[in-house]
Amino acid sequence: MLAYPRLVPVVLLAAAACSSSQTSSAGSSPSPARSSSGDPRVGLKPGLFDAGEGVWNLRVVSKTPPPEAFVGVTNSDLAFKGQYAFQGNYNGIQVWDISNPSRPTTVITHVCPASQSDVSVYRNLMFVSGEGFGGRLDCGTGGVQEAVSPHRLRGIRIFDITDIRNPQYIANVQTCRGSHTHSVLVHPGDTSSVYIYVSGSAPVRPAEELSGCSALAPSEDPNSALFRIEVIKVPLAHPEQAAIVSSPRIFQDLVEAPSHGLAPEDRKALETARAGGAFIVELGGQERVLPDRMIRPMLDSLARARGATTPTAADSAALRDSLKVMVARRIADRGPGPRPGPTQCHDITLYPAIGLAGGACEGYGLLLDISDPVNPRRIDAVSDSNFAYWHSATFNNDGTKILFTDEWGGGGQPKCRPSDPREWGANAIFTIENRDMRFRSYYKLPAPQTPNENCVAHNGSLLPIPGRDIMVQGWYQGGISVFDWTNADRPVEIAFFDRGPVDSTRMRSGGSWSVYWYNGVMVSSEIARGLDIFELVPSAHISQNEIDAAKTVRLEYLNAQGQPQFVWPATFALARAYVDQLERSNALPAARIASLRQELAAAERASGDQRRTALTTLADGLGSQAQARRLVDALRELAKS
Amino acid sequence: MHRVAALAMVVAACSARAASNTADLEAIYHARADSARMRFTPADVRFMTGMIGHHRQALDMAALVPRNGASSSIETLAARIINAQQDEIATLEQWLRERDQPLPAGHEHAHMPGMLTPAQMAELAAARGAAFDRLFLRYMIQHHRGAVAMVHELFGTDGAAQDEVVFKLASDIQVDQITEIARMELMLEEMP
Repeated sequence: MLAYPRLVPVVLLAAAACSSSQTSSAGSSPSPARSSSGDPRVGLKPGLFDAGEGVWNLRVVSKTPPPEAFVGVTNSDLAFKGQYAFQGNYNGIQVWDISNPSRPTTVITHVCPASQSDVSVYRNLMFVSGEGFGGRLDCGTGGVQEAVSPHRLRGIRIFDITDIRNPQYIANVQTCRGSHTHSVLVHPGDTSSVYIYVSGSAPVRPAEELSGCSALAPSEDPNSALFRIEVIKVPLAHPEQAAIVSSPRIFQDLVEAPSHGLAPEDRKALETARAGGAFIVELGGQERVLPDRMIRPMLDSLARARGATTPTAADSAALRDSLKVMVARRIADRGPGPRPGPTQCHDITLYPAIGLAGGACEGYGLLLDISDPVNPRRIDAVSDSNFAYWHSATFNNDGTKILFTDEWGGGGQPKCRPSDPREWGANAIFTIENRDMRFRSYYKLPAPQTPNENCVAHNGSLLPIPGRDIMVQGWYQGGISVFDWTNADRPVEIAFFDRGPVDSTRMRSGGSWSVYWYNGVMVSSEIARGLDIFELVPSAHISQNEIDAAKTVRLEYLNAQGQPQFVWPATFALARAYVDQLERSNALPAARIASLRQELAAAERASGDQRRTALTTLADGLGSQAQARRLVDALRELAKS
Repeated sequence: MHRVAALAMVVAACSARAASNTADLEAIYHARADSARMRFTPADVRFMTGMIGHHRQALDMAALVPRNGASSSIETLAARIINAQQDEIATLEQWLRERDQPLPAGHEHAHMPGMLTPAQMAELAAARGAAFDRLFLRYMIQHHRGAVAMVHELFGTDGAAQDEVVFKLASDIQVDQITEIARMELMLEEMP
């Protein structure tokens, strides 16, 4: 709300010392096959910079330790612009030049403490989240000791990075709960401003520190800072005038338990129970089987009431009727008025290309309509008794699916031990049908981790593999996992990287905070170990052509929470990738696949009209076969280019 | 031949330098971890110590679940509470140990917000079946609200929660337990 337009540019610490020589660039060592008996991620040697590693279907392109100023201080989220990677750290921001991914070099180590330093970039602007108590308006490192202080920053810092080596701190937008994360909305219809959705999960600040902040329930104070998010408008011509323009109460009237419904197995079990004559009631919009221990005493008392000892079919029928009445009475007893829903979101992933956002908000996953950027509207909500804390969201490229993560234990706890349930601390995958979310399956890191490794589902992004939904995701000290969720009912892991624990004798925070695909590589922010860069290598799960096609998608910038829609330029790699997929799914006979490849190669060797004719003939030959639709489209686009 | 030799030398030089650099960085890592341990206040210690006792009572409550004929949804809730709070106790104890602070013995916690009185504990222990389910939810909601109040008290104290572990743990306890309170309120309402 308050802007501080005239802040002194902060002292910058450029750690230029030999940053490139610190990078250890791994050679193209072959990835070991994954044996079915033992996962290579089990039993890895501990160590800070020399831990053992398990790698499958990936190549480690580089591992670069943090700059000295940030060693021992948590690395957080990532953003990208051009050849630069921006890595948040609780002590500031590290900018890397990754134009040579095997040797990232330090551009600047910018000290300005704030947790979590969630970072985004847009054109000449960099936005940084501050939530912890030690963030100072002057970027000083001394912290803020007083519970109420005019020097504390909790909210969004805005920097001008026109000169990337010399960021200018141009404004703050302070918020009542600070900014745990934020998401930058670049609205297709608005070229003059961007919008920042702020999520804060720490307690509300006292009004003496930031006027107007109230932690009362909205029924007691309509200006309560709870039960809302903040939307900041940043005028691009005058970013120093950035200010909160709305505080949408997207949780309003979230009254019912919007359970995501039953998993296919549960539904089967329910139908079996129904067929077996079980007592079923509808509660909270979902059918539930009442257990025997509840039913039997009721049946017995009905029998007793008519002087018998054993209940009969008539007693059962009477009970079925009275259960309906009991449920109706309970619903009537609930009384009027909405019950409070979540008080905030942890993170919101905006997908402006389809006008939707996924909000991960305490006990709920929300689908939001963001066509009006200032007034996001909730259009669906799901909850799940297996989810402790809805943390983040990722759409597939078509916008027909959404994946939510559950950061059970907050990221500081070891939730991937063999004893931890596979449905807890996992991803939940939903399909989006008519703007309704339908639960399909869970995906959790399949390799068990030790009790000294913090591990749970965390941040990741989609890979631009055409025709498939493939994602890379950080699991803290569980490492990174690449998985295919094209089939929403059966997500499957296709590649991974993992290190041994930072310390095998006690819990030390570490691992991949986030890993995102950016222009051909996967860049991971390692909490303790710095910056890791990976490349996919071909395997039974993914072909060289698919990887080549993915690399044709180039982004100018990336904030993973403002999800870009991938568009593949017309290339032969794209067509070959689709042929590979037709082969993998056995959609066409082997002989047809072989001839397709020959004809495609011939077309590639040809040029001009000859090539165009060859491609068109190929496309016509495939005709209306449904499975080949993507290939046909790619061939026709290629013929035009 | 010459070229190969020269290249090998460069690689050797680089890796030697890289090794010494990571060794230096590792030394800095440990030195920083040590000095970070010195920055805490009595309020932090009070919170971290008190929360152990608070969590232990939640574990005691959850331990009743298998014995008292609870429903399967309460069993699941209790299993989650046990898993979460046991892990958090480990974090709390590690934090205190690394700062040479005494670990609380037993249940020194009667005065903390949300704690069940001995009478309430006995009432819960004596309840069975559906009555237990309802009481468990009511008392666990009371207990969780107390933990949230402890976080608010910590955050309102000068100098407190500057430590990264304390801030994170307290923030996590706050959001996790608020989320769980909402879930338990729904469960309570949906009980037939």
